Amino acid sequence: MDYKRLTLFAGHYGSGKTNIALNYARWLRRQNLPVTIADLDIVNPYFRTKDSEAALAAEGIRLIVSEFANSNVDLPAMPKEAYELVSDPTVYGVLDIGGDDRGALALGRYVPAIKEEGSYEMLFVVNRSRPLTRTVADTLEVMGEIEEACNLPFTAIVNNTNLGLQTTASDVLSSLEYAQELSQKTGLPIKMTCAAGWLWEELTGKVPDLFPLSIQKLYYMIDSEVNSWQN
Amino acid sequence: MQEKTLMKGNEAIAEAAILAGCRHYFGYPITPQTEVAAYMAKKMPKIGGTFLQAESEIAAINMVYGVASTGKLAMTSSSSPGIALKAEGISYLAGADLPALIVNVQRGGPGLGGIQPSQSDYFLATRGPGHGDFHVLVLAPASVQEMADLTGKAFELAMKYRMPAMLLADGTMGQMMEPVVLPEPKEPAAQSPAWAAVGTECKRFHNVVNSLYLDPLTLEHTNFERFERYAAVERDETMWEEFLMEDAEICVVSCGITARVSRNAIVEARKRGIKVGMIRPITLWPFPKKPLQAAAEKVKSFLCVELNMGQMKEDVELAIRCKKPVDLCCRVGGMIPSPDEVLAKIIKANEQGG
Repeated sequence: MDYKRLTLFAGHYGSGKTNIALNYARWLRRQNLPVTIADLDIVNPYFRTKDSEAALAAEGIRLIVSEFANSNVDLPAMPKEAYELVSDPTVYGVLDIGGDDRGALALGRYVPAIKEEGSYEMLFVVNRSRPLTRTVADTLEVMGEIEEACNLPFTAIVNNTNLGLQTTASDVLSSLEYAQELSQKTGLPIKMTCAAGWLWEELTGKVPDLFPLSIQKLYYMIDSEVNSWQN
Repeated sequence: MQEKTLMKGNEAIAEAAILAGCRHYFGYPITPQTEVAAYMAKKMPKIGGTFLQAESEIAAINMVYGVASTGKLAMTSSSSPGIALKAEGISYLAGADLPALIVNVQRGGPGLGGIQPSQSDYFLATRGPGHGDFHVLVLAPASVQEMADLTGKAFELAMKYRMPAMLLADGTMGQMMEPVVLPEPKEPAAQSPAWAAVGTECKRFHNVVNSLYLDPLTLEHTNFERFERYAAVERDETMWEEFLMEDAEICVVSCGITARVSRNAIVEARKRGIKVGMIRPITLWPFPKKPLQAAAEKVKSFLCVELNMGQMKEDVELAIRCKKPVDLCCRVGGMIPSPDEVLAKIIKANEQGG
């Protein structure tokens, strides 16, 4: 799979951007690249990149996150270090953008520099099992709103159709047609289809460009049924 | 069966309210419940409903009063400090015997507190949130599926007993995502209930929706009548779930996110041979006194797991008439106990016996 210096994950909120960004940063790091992940989410109060802070540090991945994340400060603040990602061409940056057009608005200030350098991928993360991106028509509406808000067109699609910890292989397989249709309508390639680790074996060979995900640990304290599967 | 949808708890509330036939939402943004309002803002205009962002929480609850007076399903949502502001309006709804749904996705307090999850509005919800003698129905979901199911249930009970209902969720329930099978859609009722103030068309005497009574004796009677209804609610509508209680010697009592964490701890404790189970109240008012009284005859002790300083513990002690010791495992301020913390308390309770 190809990669660029900057990889941006945007999409409908709740589509899985944060988790994919974390996994993608790890994937880049495994290729011995200097990787920095930036949490530019100004929308979500809980379940953020910061929950994986220690794990990222252990793997040598730098995390840029608002000092107010996971605190009681209810401010849609951007981390002040985020500009380093666009100004320092020696690092590989993964940018986790907030959900919907409101979340993507915050990206706008970095867009001129990102476009000027030209080495980036702007990825649209989509989960067909989310209520407001169930149909291709609804999804196109969300895509358009995000592109308009941040002034950066998408370059590819990431199919992340899932039902959380209850996802089965058939959930992923039955989303392929939808993703294809979205690809045809937008003219954008499908960069990858994501699937949690427990589906990896079942889906190998059946899904092109399969990208295995591990899930942020926080969810495991809620459901004992899945405690047996931990990466 | 409908297809599963991956939803945030807050979205599930909003969608379930629409599916229950609610077309009137009045709110004001506050973390961690803002997605309820955001979802309504996006969807209500598309289905001919009303989404209105009021100028304040107090305005929103009074708009709910207005719509409820016409016999239509109306709702508002907020988080702890915002619910405190609505207290006056909730008392007026209760005094006028109006059905309405108030969603409280709790955050830490008191005061401005914080934005992380909490269950510290237990007293506020179960003791009648406002002045005067009254109750509201209080439902405590422990999954995103229940966020949807109990929203529909809350509307149904509120309408049946002509009283406000509160969906009392914690911030985690509002923010976490799980698959949901949404309920079948119901159209808004075509006919207004007999008490609704919707115009007489000169065919009947006018209805009055009001909480002011000039004659003290009449006011006393309305209070007596209301409490007869409350007795019926306690008798017929109490909801709870039992988990591994058949042979339990320790009974965990917990609701919402802490019930989910406790379930993990109980499974782990069972692997170590400790006989522990759980009674999870689903309605907090009416409180499931009967199963707790029955458990008090069998178990050695109780353990309340809560995101507050032991508010529900008081109800457990009251329900069982302090017959057995009740211990507390709690975290506050936005912190959540880990399964290991709960397990440690279970092990301790097991060693102490009764």
